[in-house]
Amino acid sequence: MDTAHLARLIPVLPEIVLGVGAAALLMLGVFQSGRPWRMVDYAAIALLAVAAIILVLLPAGKLTGFGGSFIVDDFARFLKILALLGSAAAIAMSLDYAEHVRQQRFEYSVLILLSTLGMMMLISAADLIALYLGLELMSLPLYVVAASHRDSLRSTEAGLKYFVLGALSSGMLLYGASLTYGFTGTVGFASIAHAAGQGGPAAIGLIFGIVFLFAGFCFKVSAVPFHMWTPDVYEGAPTPVTAFFAAAPKVAGIAMFVRVAVMAFPGITSEWQQIVVFVSIASMALGAFAAIGQRNIKRLMAYSSIGHMGFALIGLAAGTPEGVQGVLVYMAIYITMTLGVFAVILSMRRHSGMVESIDQLAGLARTHPATAFFLAMLLFSMAGIPPLAGFFAKFYVFLAAIKAGLYVLAVIGVLASVVGAYYYLAIVKTMYFDEPAEGFYNMPYELRVLLAICGLFNILFFVYPGPLVGVASAAAHSLF
Amino acid sequence: MIIHAIFFYLFAGITVASAVMVIAARNPVHSVLFLILAFVNAAGLFVLLGAEFLAMILIVVYVGAVAVLFLFVVMMLDVDFAELRQGFLNYLPVGALVGAVLLAELLVVVGAWAIGPDVAHAITAPIPPPSAINNTQALGLVLYTRYVYFFQAAGVILLVAMIGAIVLTLHHKPNVRRQNIAEQVARRRTSAIEVVKVKSGQGLS
Repeated sequence: MDTAHLARLIPVLPEIVLGVGAAALLMLGVFQSGRPWRMVDYAAIALLAVAAIILVLLPAGKLTGFGGSFIVDDFARFLKILALLGSAAAIAMSLDYAEHVRQQRFEYSVLILLSTLGMMMLISAADLIALYLGLELMSLPLYVVAASHRDSLRSTEAGLKYFVLGALSSGMLLYGASLTYGFTGTVGFASIAHAAGQGGPAAIGLIFGIVFLFAGFCFKVSAVPFHMWTPDVYEGAPTPVTAFFAAAPKVAGIAMFVRVAVMAFPGITSEWQQIVVFVSIASMALGAFAAIGQRNIKRLMAYSSIGHMGFALIGLAAGTPEGVQGVLVYMAIYITMTLGVFAVILSMRRHSGMVESIDQLAGLARTHPATAFFLAMLLFSMAGIPPLAGFFAKFYVFLAAIKAGLYVLAVIGVLASVVGAYYYLAIVKTMYFDEPAEGFYNMPYELRVLLAICGLFNILFFVYPGPLVGVASAAAHSLF
Repeated sequence: MIIHAIFFYLFAGITVASAVMVIAARNPVHSVLFLILAFVNAAGLFVLLGAEFLAMILIVVYVGAVAVLFLFVVMMLDVDFAELRQGFLNYLPVGALVGAVLLAELLVVVGAWAIGPDVAHAITAPIPPPSAINNTQALGLVLYTRYVYFFQAAGVILLVAMIGAIVLTLHHKPNVRRQNIAEQVARRRTSAIEVVKVKSGQGLS
């Protein structure tokens, strides 16, 4: 094999490193006697960092591989970095938890690595086959880690429910993909765009294909008509797994949603725009109203993430580069908010075990003032209160919607965020004004670091938002 | 051509009928056997289409491996399928409604069957004429070259499935005695028995 052929593999280098590394860590875990998990966990985080570094060092511009089915543009780079960060944080957050519940298994990190590999393939997918394979590679480890507490009924139920509904959504997505293929004769996004955009109204079969494809996407990002699994899975899965579900896979799901809509169906925007507008409104409304009655903080985070996906999809509904930029900024800020909040949820532990009820946070401001302060800031940020980062996230998507003439959508979005602010503020009230409950154990070191980073990012984002917004803008323009 | 049509309707009819029997049969073992019949007839349909490689793969993989494994599982697990099916009639109206809606949608799609004129030329990987190359070779030409990425990705997915199955089912029990044949073979007489001289009338203390 001569080197000219090897050079063609350069765009895939981060994926190759992750895949080979995961296989090596699997071997290490199996053959290392004693306690292999600590070593495998740290090595997995290092591997994710190495993949991120290679990704940054790749040649600039648009790289393609494997006959155009793999594409690395600025959009892919941005979202891959987010996914890698989310996965690394998920592994770091699991370290102390696994030790506490005596569920240390090195396979957890390996599965997360393989799922991340799937996410990166998904983010880079430029045809329907690559998209489907990436999606399955991302999802399959998620089903397994959701059920990884085999002795817990709730965990196995969560895994099974997620698996069955995930298989259903895969079926819908495949059906949509086959209809799209049947009516355009091709699987590549660029050639689908070429075939679909040729004058006249789109064939009704193609529209059916788009509907089924979007139904599959909505399931993966837990947007509203296909959100039913989210609260049960979030509540049942082990907490670090829930933190993982809420961060990295959402990034990859949104990435595939945006890339397919923008790259494959640019000529028929009006056909899919109404779907995205509906999904967005429904998600925001359900996220805002259904979360009000929740007493379990993991369920609350599930509804909160449904709402956030609705806000992020506003940007896609606009269908413009500004809109996609808004989506990217939103996802970056969403990840920091979610991971920060889950760092606190993971530290809700007393000698009697983990607690998940919101009432247990009562008086946190007196027992753990620093934790309470950061959590309050993150919750304010989620509610979208200026000058915190969450405000800017919403600002950019609303701005794009107004520029695209979607006034109704923007107004409903603002109203939904007002309703949503209620339950975020209710938690803050519980922490600051209720009689203190018994204090929690001290936070483990890695959770403190994570919470501080996420909290400071959200507090100080307004000082210097330029870099993130600029990179997101370049990434969004690389799609159009 | 008439023979072609006769065989098509034969295979298609038996496939549909045995698919119905898969869900209608009371005995789960019968269900699996009907499933095998459906697979074999689907393979026949593939042969009629000129896709003999897929037909043989269907027989080898689905009938030879998957369905037989199914049969094992059904026979080994004591699942009371009659009990599982008790709610069947309750769900029938909803299921029928969903089915009817899907059918109506399908008819709309098929009714508006209008494929753009360029679609036939835009096909990503057109099938070469069967006279030039048989389809086993045609698949082999693209599977490891043009589609190597998909091939490898599918391999990684299978690896994940394997890891997942092990993670979810393997229990490491701490106090299990395992047979170590090498240790057994390497055992010497000195380590195995001890000769003790017992004084008469005292016994072993």
